[in-house]
Amino acid sequence: MDTIRGWLPYILLFPLMGMLINGILGNYFSKKWIHRIAIAAVLIPFVIMTTLFFSLQSLPEESRSVIVHIASWIEVGYLKISFSLLLDQLSAIMVMIITGIGTLIHIYSVGYMHKDSSYSRYFTYLNLFIFAMLMLVLGSNILMMFIGWEGVGLASYLLIGFYFQEDSKASAGKKAFITNRVGDFAFLIGIFILLFVVGSLDFAEIREASNTGVITGVVATIITLMFFIGATGKSAQIPLYVWLPDAMAGPTPVSALIHAATMVTAGIYMISRLHFLFILSPFTMSIIAIIGALTAFFAATIALVQTDIKKVLAYSTVSQLGYMFLAVGVGAFPAAMLHLVTHAFFKATLFLGAGSVIHAMSDEQDIMNMGGLKDKIKTTHKTFLFATIAITGVLPFSGFISKDEILWRAFATGNGVISNLPILLWIVGIITAMLTSFYMWRLYFLVFHSGQTRHQDERVIAHIHESPLSMRLALWILAGLSIVGGYIALPHFIAHSAPIIHSFQNWLDPYFSTSIENTKIVHSASMEAIFMFVSWGLALFSFFWAKKWYFKEKSITSTMWANSFKTVYNILQKKYYVDEFYYWLIDIFIIKFSHKILWRTVDFVLIDGFLIRGIIGWGTYITGRVLSIFQNGNLQFYVITMVAAIMAIFYWMIW
Amino acid sequence: MFDLLSLVVFFPLLGVIFMFFIPKENYQVLRNSTLFVTILHFIFTLVLLFMFQEGNPYYQFEINKAWIPSLGISYHIAIDGISLFLVVMTSFLMPIVILSSYKAVTSKVKEYMIFMLILETAMIGALVSLDFILFYLFWEMMLIPMYFLIGIFGGNDRVYATVKFFIYTMAGSVFMLVAIFYLYFASGGVSFDLTYILSNFEGSSTVQGVLFLAFFVAFAIKVPMFPFHTWLPDAHVQAPTGGSVILAGVLLKMGTYGFIRFAIPLFPDVAYKYAFWIALLAVIGIVYGALVALVQKDVKKLVAYSSVSHLGFVVLGIFAFTTTSVTGSIYQMLNHGVSTGALFLLVGILYERRHTKQIADFGGLSSVIPKFAIFFMLALLSSIALPLTNGFVGEFLILSGSFSSSWLKNGQLLTIIATSGVILGAGYMLWMYQRVMFGPIRHEENKKIKDLSLREFIYLFPLMALVFVMGIFPNFFLKKIEPSVNYYLSSFYEKNGKSNRADLAQARVNSTNLKNSKFNGVVE
Repeated sequence: MDTIRGWLPYILLFPLMGMLINGILGNYFSKKWIHRIAIAAVLIPFVIMTTLFFSLQSLPEESRSVIVHIASWIEVGYLKISFSLLLDQLSAIMVMIITGIGTLIHIYSVGYMHKDSSYSRYFTYLNLFIFAMLMLVLGSNILMMFIGWEGVGLASYLLIGFYFQEDSKASAGKKAFITNRVGDFAFLIGIFILLFVVGSLDFAEIREASNTGVITGVVATIITLMFFIGATGKSAQIPLYVWLPDAMAGPTPVSALIHAATMVTAGIYMISRLHFLFILSPFTMSIIAIIGALTAFFAATIALVQTDIKKVLAYSTVSQLGYMFLAVGVGAFPAAMLHLVTHAFFKATLFLGAGSVIHAMSDEQDIMNMGGLKDKIKTTHKTFLFATIAITGVLPFSGFISKDEILWRAFATGNGVISNLPILLWIVGIITAMLTSFYMWRLYFLVFHSGQTRHQDERVIAHIHESPLSMRLALWILAGLSIVGGYIALPHFIAHSAPIIHSFQNWLDPYFSTSIENTKIVHSASMEAIFMFVSWGLALFSFFWAKKWYFKEKSITSTMWANSFKTVYNILQKKYYVDEFYYWLIDIFIIKFSHKILWRTVDFVLIDGFLIRGIIGWGTYITGRVLSIFQNGNLQFYVITMVAAIMAIFYWMIW
Repeated sequence: MFDLLSLVVFFPLLGVIFMFFIPKENYQVLRNSTLFVTILHFIFTLVLLFMFQEGNPYYQFEINKAWIPSLGISYHIAIDGISLFLVVMTSFLMPIVILSSYKAVTSKVKEYMIFMLILETAMIGALVSLDFILFYLFWEMMLIPMYFLIGIFGGNDRVYATVKFFIYTMAGSVFMLVAIFYLYFASGGVSFDLTYILSNFEGSSTVQGVLFLAFFVAFAIKVPMFPFHTWLPDAHVQAPTGGSVILAGVLLKMGTYGFIRFAIPLFPDVAYKYAFWIALLAVIGIVYGALVALVQKDVKKLVAYSSVSHLGFVVLGIFAFTTTSVTGSIYQMLNHGVSTGALFLLVGILYERRHTKQIADFGGLSSVIPKFAIFFMLALLSSIALPLTNGFVGEFLILSGSFSSSWLKNGQLLTIIATSGVILGAGYMLWMYQRVMFGPIRHEENKKIKDLSLREFIYLFPLMALVFVMGIFPNFFLKKIEPSVNYYLSSFYEKNGKSNRADLAQARVNSTNLKNSKFNGVVE
């Protein structure tokens, strides 16, 4: 315990130092030293965390929650907020993921960014992100979490707009930040309510208050809905998902780290962290499950027709995050966390693979210009293939295990407010799984198979090359994790016979203990096996379909289908016109309204014109005119007025 | 004048006397000696800061001497947790402003420096005065140097802006002067002393209402609150950079400070009665200022409108009457001085290089002037209240306080609307930053812009450091502010009981609840 207390702050300190050193002195260092410092700033915390993980494990189950108080932050009146860290089962997993994948992506970046002139700026931002993300997961009160929450938003903003010379990329960063701020607005209001009701923002005290009935049903519903809106911003769910596809403007390793593996899962982490609050409100839970399922489906349909390799993966991320929300919505927090972990592995692999492809294709991102890369970039191909198998949910790869866990839980957990909700959620989930399989195989075939490379420029084709060692190293490790990562949690029907293997759930169960009884499982485990084969079958069906259309030359069938369902195809291609709708709303109700009504009308016409120049100005003018009658320079008039006035005063005083 | 506080008040004037002996052609000597005076002055206020007793809610460094005994006018000055940091910030900003105008002011340097020093005495005097006549004197004394600073050193439409600024503020002050005289006579015509009037003034609720209105108008124009704000954008756009920094950093705070020091303690039940409407105006100001800032084409005007928005938070916090919100408001006054001060300085730097403030004339500057870009970004983050910057602490305290306030009707609703400022704030700031700093370089002239010079770096750096110091270690400040705020609020709670029978019982319950409960504003 003391080792944990002593070492935990260093986990945060190293990325902070890395950021400061590279941020201030980076211009004076050689590239080699810049990335050495940056990698060390993430690798050392990973090593520390690994040892701390074992010390945490050696503790008895009920005391695996260590709080380190560093300093007091804000103290006014009853409000006492401190800088303090919390390491428990949940944050331990998150820190492992963040520092582990973070290190790999730092290493990958060495190869990916080697030509960039803003090398030190890149690694400074990356370290900043790691620092903020660790703050987010290690904070022991909501405000600490909020520091990280907004901090990762800042890092994301800076990295999306990393190539700020292009207007579109700078816009994408701004869009991400502002959309997130919409979520943060709700998050803040949730915090205010919580502070009002509980009087503290410490997780422990909120848990206490939730368990002892201080927070009642309606209040819990409002608070959790607010927090959930916050989560839809950060974790890209309906209606605030619009920033994530645009966020692909950033360098690809950033997309892998921030916009797939870690930051976007912050919403899941937040809800899991506050699960005791969320389960007080079945209404919010159902909303979360419904939004999660809808987002999963909706984003998957868009991913079907995208042609930018990173956009496909971006919508896939939105969709997979939807799965995680579906899981937390039905109270399957460990399942959500499991999918978070496996998704971090395979999606990071996919993005880094995409980065490797883009690198090889001289920055080409359109999959219609790729094809036939299988033999030209072998490592990329193999690792991409493994990750694709993992995400499409084929046993025994990781994605299968976590996704099936979620689908089964969605079906088996009977806590919906709508009577047929579980079966509906399951159906949406299973269709989404089918779509996932299709768009992923489509992507894979179009990039690596489908005949020859279709790029127009011969030089690009001639230049196709495998990525440097640093990139391949990260790919191999992550691909390996995509394969075996799921084994930390095997399906129930297997795990029942071998309970030791089911360690992920066992590890997290003490933290989620309060929620277990609330989400009673109404179906038997044998059903799970049947469901598993159903989803497996559907995924396989999609695979063959995609293979039929895209394995060889881009076959005529797919174009024909696209033509005969042109409207649907266009709507999907245009992402249901949601962006256009939002822009229209902002333009009319914010920009035009502010300009024409508020500024030009209220400020200029009403206040300055009517109120000041009109009433006050004219009032002064008329008063002046009236008074000037008495100052006409006519002495006789003055005397008469004076006499009249004196007589009036006397009259008034005597009477 | 051998005591420290008087020295702090009048030292800049001593500097002015010193300045008279310097020939007006020796620009560099004038600049350097003013800088020296203001730095020395800052050191004095630092001594003041470190001699300040933390935890003592009452007036400290108090001087009370008869000045014109026949009229009951006294030289009564003191400082408490509420005014302490405003004084420190004033003298902190002054050397920065002087240093920033080395290149910007190239003619009439002597006049400029003298006006600045007079302004400093006036501002600090107004912040420490506890006698109404003394306060009014300093209050009006602020106006004149500012008038000349904008009128002589300002932009092309400076005359219009100056006149507008002068008439607006004068109009407000006149009402206040009448109210001050009424208070004097109504409390027996013995003394203009604030503490005396506070304990001896009795008036019907109508009279109180009218008097409060007089003070309110004077302070609301100064803040400025919606709908009295239209002088501010014009004044800022025309003012020289130094003038803008002082205007935003200190002058505007005189309004919000006036609420806390004078208007509310004098008429607590009127303030309580109209708290909702005033807070509503504040909230309208937050949203309105932000929305209008969004569509500005001139960077300086944008920052000016953002001031309207930020000061709205301060007023909201003041009229929520909770420890957290009022402490937050005072903190936010300081934050606004730091962040908006920095923004005006940065805009001034751009203006010195390109002689334009139009957003459309810039674009892509980040790659040309990276150091400037970093400083600009940090100032922006402070302005949009990112956690660990100063802005967050202030806004969080204000909003969490006003949300849980039982003294503000519909406080929750108002807070929710006010919180939307976090979205809009990010909106106008980031959009502006993008158009100025990001994208391709659209104008040939912008390729040759020079990055920050050493001098600019030196005066910007303390502000940037303060952004994080105040964001990470707010307790250093809050611990000194809070006791005075509690004292001020307890007399507010108590007085509210005394003068209004209907609310008496409620107020008593409130006060006891406040002592017992861990929420300082929550009453069942």
